[in-house]
Amino acid sequence: MTFSDGVKGGLPIGLGYFAVSFSFGIAGSKLLSWPLVTFISMTNLTSAGQFAGLQIMADAAGTFIEMAIATFFINLRYSLMAISLSQKVAPNFGTFKRLLLATGITDEIYALAVSQTEPVTARYFAGLMVLPYIGWSSGTLCGAVCGEILPAVVTNALGVALYGMFVAIVVPQMKAHRPTLIAVLIAVVCSFAFKFVPALSGVTVGFAIIICALVASLIGAALFPVKDEEESA
Amino acid sequence: MITVHDYCLFLLVMAGVTYLLRAVPFVLLKGKIKSRFWRSFLAYVPYTVLAAMTVPAIFYSTDSKLSGVCALAAAVIASLLGRGLVGVAVIACITVLGIDGLTLLL
Repeated sequence: MTFSDGVKGGLPIGLGYFAVSFSFGIAGSKLLSWPLVTFISMTNLTSAGQFAGLQIMADAAGTFIEMAIATFFINLRYSLMAISLSQKVAPNFGTFKRLLLATGITDEIYALAVSQTEPVTARYFAGLMVLPYIGWSSGTLCGAVCGEILPAVVTNALGVALYGMFVAIVVPQMKAHRPTLIAVLIAVVCSFAFKFVPALSGVTVGFAIIICALVASLIGAALFPVKDEEESA
Repeated sequence: MITVHDYCLFLLVMAGVTYLLRAVPFVLLKGKIKSRFWRSFLAYVPYTVLAAMTVPAIFYSTDSKLSGVCALAAAVIASLLGRGLVGVAVIACITVLGIDGLTLLL
């Protein structure tokens, strides 16, 4: 499991990230200049979390507490992946290397790393991160620059790509796992309520997302606890 | 537009929380979470978060509600038909470009 094995493995992820972060760059260019948008991607390397973060920055009433709580819940799954990955790593993957490479724990890089039959070495994991990191950062840069140049009708169309990707993550799981279908529908109904029920309209975007996800996930966990083999999906 | 000062603080919070969520368990935890309830809760979180972020926001992200609704419908159908991340994203984009582009021309 060498560094170059990792780099090769990361190529398809890097290409996918370029496409997705392009649309993040476009969304970001409506609020921030291109260097600032790009820097978000370089320091975070997370799709849903950055996107929610951008929505909170764009909201005039958005607060730092809200940002911290929203980021925490949206990215909480990385902690699960980190725990899972810590069971898979080679013995010489020490504390310092873990601190250095922890940023590479994204849905796709994690999934590829844990699917290996051999223990994951620090070199391999570092290699795996390279192209996704470059793809994510450069895609954001290109999207943000294009967002400042292209007409609104084109950028709006490209901006929908990120939602398209979210749909592509959620729908297959809804199809395969009925409890997820129910949990997602609860979240959607809840989300509509925050948009259209006058009494709830004062709640900021970030908190609305957090509350919807918490309510739906708690109901899901209470009614349909998942079996161990379902969690890896 | 937000100020650079606020941007820096928001970024620090966002990047800091994200990093700690990854690094702290990676470095410290060796065992598995024992509670089935919390494992289940965490398994549902990514999907409910993405759903709440997408609907109804997608309807207001384009030039018209019509194109937003059609984009969501097209994405769901494409996904049900087995298209991957990039395929579904491209189909959603083309749908919006087609509808809003036509509206602009007519």
